[in-house]
Amino acid sequence: MSGYPEIADKLMSVDEAVKRFIKDGCQLAIGGFTVTRNPMAMVYGIVRQGIKDIHLVCHSNGQALDVLIGAGCVKRVEIAYGGNGRFAPTCIRFKKAIQKGEVEFEDYSNYQMSLRFLAGALGIPFITTKSGLGTDIINLEGFSRKIRKEQKVASQKLIVMQNPFNDADDKVVLLPALNPDVSLIHAQYVGEDGTVRIKGLTFADIEQAQSADVVIVTCEEIVPRSFIRSDPDQNSLPPFFVDAIVKVPYGAHPTACYAFYDYDPKHLNLYKKAAEDDNLFKQYLDEWVFGVTSHDAYLDKVGGATLMNIKANPVLGYAPGLDRK
Amino acid sequence: MANYTDNEMMAISAGRFIKDGDILFAGTGVSMLAATVAKKVYAPKAVVFFETGGIDPSLEEIPMAVADLRVMSGTCLNSGLIEAFSIVGHRKLHTVAFLGAAQIDKYGNLNTTVIGDYHRPKTRFSGSGGACDVASFASGVITFIQHEKRRFVERLDYITSLGWYKGGNSRRELGLQRGGAMAVVTNLGVMKFDETTRAMYLAEYYPGITIARIIENTGFAIDVSRAIESVPPSEEELRILREEVDPQKLML
Repeated sequence: MSGYPEIADKLMSVDEAVKRFIKDGCQLAIGGFTVTRNPMAMVYGIVRQGIKDIHLVCHSNGQALDVLIGAGCVKRVEIAYGGNGRFAPTCIRFKKAIQKGEVEFEDYSNYQMSLRFLAGALGIPFITTKSGLGTDIINLEGFSRKIRKEQKVASQKLIVMQNPFNDADDKVVLLPALNPDVSLIHAQYVGEDGTVRIKGLTFADIEQAQSADVVIVTCEEIVPRSFIRSDPDQNSLPPFFVDAIVKVPYGAHPTACYAFYDYDPKHLNLYKKAAEDDNLFKQYLDEWVFGVTSHDAYLDKVGGATLMNIKANPVLGYAPGLDRK
Repeated sequence: MANYTDNEMMAISAGRFIKDGDILFAGTGVSMLAATVAKKVYAPKAVVFFETGGIDPSLEEIPMAVADLRVMSGTCLNSGLIEAFSIVGHRKLHTVAFLGAAQIDKYGNLNTTVIGDYHRPKTRFSGSGGACDVASFASGVITFIQHEKRRFVERLDYITSLGWYKGGNSRRELGLQRGGAMAVVTNLGVMKFDETTRAMYLAEYYPGITIARIIENTGFAIDVSRAIESVPPSEEELRILREEVDPQKLML
């Protein structure tokens, strides 16, 4: 692609980003949170290319998690929460996969997972918290001892130890750092210099990006250098953290993207119905993932009127009055 | 007496616990209603914030998830998850968290992870999300749950979020400096926890609900000697809830 000489080597299509960076068995961190800014365009690309045995790491994820698990791309997951707000309080394919024993899983909390990414970003091997003392998140390991020896799996889930700075009885939890092979982030803006700007809440996306070996950013817009540099306080990541940039408008659909579009209730309800049934879910993937040849074709399928309905009011950041039932 | 639904009574009952200056941590579902109604009716100087990092949003429309765009609109600050959890546990702040659960025991410990065996569950739920963190750090937790025997259990299938642990002083002895279960709000009444034993007791039963019905729907022995009938929601409380908090009727 031309026109952006500073990032010409990083600009690529979804398919190329998957081909170059997402390998079978890789450890993958996905950004966003439940119904917002899930990197869906990349997720669809991963499903289309049939990537297998992914080791997923996330705090609270929704649609991206559910589609990846449902499509059979995921072998193991370290997670705090799998839910899609009111549309699916527990992600449906995630729930089915765990109940059937189809994925290996390990439960942490949101803060614990966020801290593990932070530790990875800081280059420290572990990090401490007091969160979880007394709970089964501390007491029960999800992963078997056998897989504890595999790459990117911590030798123990966590450790409770005495605070070495306190003589009195005082327990802390030690959490192993995470350094994913790849982090997927969906942002509103990437500057033509490669600077990333996430608007609205950033969740743990910045820590996830800084802790990963490879960062793929999909974005709504590529904006002039003068724009991104006129208000640098708003920026989220400097260019050197980013390995691939993919411009995909509505790239988080059917999840939301602050100031650009709301979540798509119609699609999330349609998905919910499909996800409940194995055959309908297969049809959903055939129709919405395998059956569309490009992201443009996907958007055409969603339809212009729907895209306008969920379009965010740029001042409020969401779509006021949207029928969200 | 005004007509009202279970969700309305639950949101209002929880809202009545809130004081000006409290920092309210809202989860999903009824807790979103409760936090919003608390601020609009009882404690205008309380601040509603979300684990996702949105602090004091305008809430002109009710959010349907903690990552809903509506939690980031009109805020004083949009932070990240790590900052949000540092607020929940901050020593300078009195933070009250609203949580939901699939199961609760008599010390207010919560399960939002599985029913059945952890490794091969009969039913898998969403998991902790931020609930475990909030239960570890907040000054107090108010739990919303349907009052059923299968939910009020002697022994949780999985402890996701800590209440008073094993009662008495056991929570502090674990190393958690503050917090604990403050109240449980159900479709039948309001439960609190004894100051010494930390065991759950019935504090209020809603108008039209009998104490016998509550005992029958609680899977462990519960002290009902302190129970009084709840004050029903006023016309004004209901008006604000219906017209200002959730006019689109997404939760009510």
